Amino acid sequence: MSGRILHIASNTFREAVRDRVLYNLIVFALLMCGAAILVGQISIDIERLVVVNLGLTAISIFGIVIAIFIGIGLVSKEIEKRTLYTVLSRPVRRWEFIAGKFFGLAGTLIVNTFFMAIGVFAALLYVSHHFQASDAGVLVALYFIILQFLIIVALALFFSSFSSPLLSAIFAFALFIIGTFAEDLRGFAALTHGAERWLATGAAYLVPNISALNVISQVAHGEPVAGQLILYNTGYALLYSAMVLFGAILIFEHRNLK
Amino acid sequence: MSAIEILGLEKTYPVGFWRKRPKRALKPLSLTIEEGEIFGFLGPNGAGKTTTLKMLMGLVFPSGGTARILGRPIGDPAMQAQIGFLPEQPYFYDHLTPRELLTYYGQLSGLTTKEAERKVPEMLDRVGLRDAANVQLRKFSKGMLQRVGIAQSILHNPKVVFLDEPMSGLDPMGRHEVRDLIEQLKHEGKTIFFSTHILSDAEALCDRVAILHLGELRKVGAVADLTSAIGGRIELVWRGATIPQAFSALGAECHATGDTVRALVPESSQEAAMEALRREGLRLISLTPLRTSLEDYFVSQVKPSEATAGGKP
Repeated sequence: MSGRILHIASNTFREAVRDRVLYNLIVFALLMCGAAILVGQISIDIERLVVVNLGLTAISIFGIVIAIFIGIGLVSKEIEKRTLYTVLSRPVRRWEFIAGKFFGLAGTLIVNTFFMAIGVFAALLYVSHHFQASDAGVLVALYFIILQFLIIVALALFFSSFSSPLLSAIFAFALFIIGTFAEDLRGFAALTHGAERWLATGAAYLVPNISALNVISQVAHGEPVAGQLILYNTGYALLYSAMVLFGAILIFEHRNLK
Repeated sequence: MSAIEILGLEKTYPVGFWRKRPKRALKPLSLTIEEGEIFGFLGPNGAGKTTTLKMLMGLVFPSGGTARILGRPIGDPAMQAQIGFLPEQPYFYDHLTPRELLTYYGQLSGLTTKEAERKVPEMLDRVGLRDAANVQLRKFSKGMLQRVGIAQSILHNPKVVFLDEPMSGLDPMGRHEVRDLIEQLKHEGKTIFFSTHILSDAEALCDRVAILHLGELRKVGAVADLTSAIGGRIELVWRGATIPQAFSALGAECHATGDTVRALVPESSQEAAMEALRREGLRLISLTPLRTSLEDYFVSQVKPSEATAGGKP
């Protein structure tokens, strides 16, 4: 990574931290404490399942909300406040700016997820009194959640490069929701014929396949995640994010900053 | 080599929501600014000054024409490392302190961390912000932000500095300090290109000025050459409340205060005015030639009715 991308990324991270984005960790910590105590009292033999399900779902929701609501302002806010002028008049290429913003927010989310993961494991230890071998699956689910974040940050950044924050939020959130049903869409496309099939298949593959990145239920039941899926999801998320970022750069490279 | 060469640079924006119409923000503009010059870019709102600066900075793409700064085209990173830019009414990352912001900008301009650590305190001293070095920018006044803006534009020791309305929002002391700073930069051999509404500043600082109006270049030249191009006026003051009838025919502006009258008449009518006063037996107290200011010249080029027309592009 070039020095300039690193500086822009660390400034984006610092901005998020100083804008108190990481305060969500307090809410998450309270949620996990409450859940662990409550589950310990009312659940019989399913404490682990409830804690893993609740913890990972909360991490995913908190992260997606942060990814969308910060991501949509990454470019448009800089244009609106004109902070971009003093950056792009320096030897900073426009693609470096987009890349720096992407890595900065992705870094923020990874740090956020790291602290939340500690909370989940602490709650697991509280309810189970020991770790099991199948708990390693929680790490895989967390990794997939981070891959989801990369895709959502790239999408939010893409919309932010040409649209208003409100529209960007709507587009990014809509794609995330549709993406959670991506497997169903692909199944539906397979049932159609002719031109419809082409259209439906195209649309199904265009939306991010968020559903493939969701293994929360599987790991909560202690089922292993296939190594092949880890490889496939890694490749898919990186490629999808890179393509969306490339689109964002392409648009931003030609944009007049009035 | 010229510091800045602008050749036929122009900009047309599409306006309107449904049926887009082209709006010309800048007609083909050609200018050459030599190294070491302080060049003033003058014009009323909507004249195209900020559009020109944004095109030179690579923020807005020209519809036509080219420009070279230090012999390199717009957007060339090697050139961008050697220029500084202060936008109009700058706004910075307000979660940062001036020290952090300048370090960040210094690093983006190619300074190493060590260089930035050495230069940032010097620059904060230079713009009078040493005591506020660790205060978040969200707590800064407009004048303090302007100082931060100037600091970031010269931190990396650029050869050419572009300042868009650098005196905007400053109190008289602040303006004076910025003027001193611009003069210091000139003594350091830098080229300064600045746009302003404040004509007295341009007159005091600039080697040459360009007057832009409604997207069109009206005049370029040294301030003295431009102001001497239009005829001067003289001020006559005499004792008595009488204004000779001949003065109205001379196109004089007369103001009576108590038992004295002050009249401004064209320099060419000086003899006729003196003769009229003698005929009436009025006692002349003083006769003072008035120098044509840049403001007079500017107003003569930009008619008042037109000066208020149009907004920012």
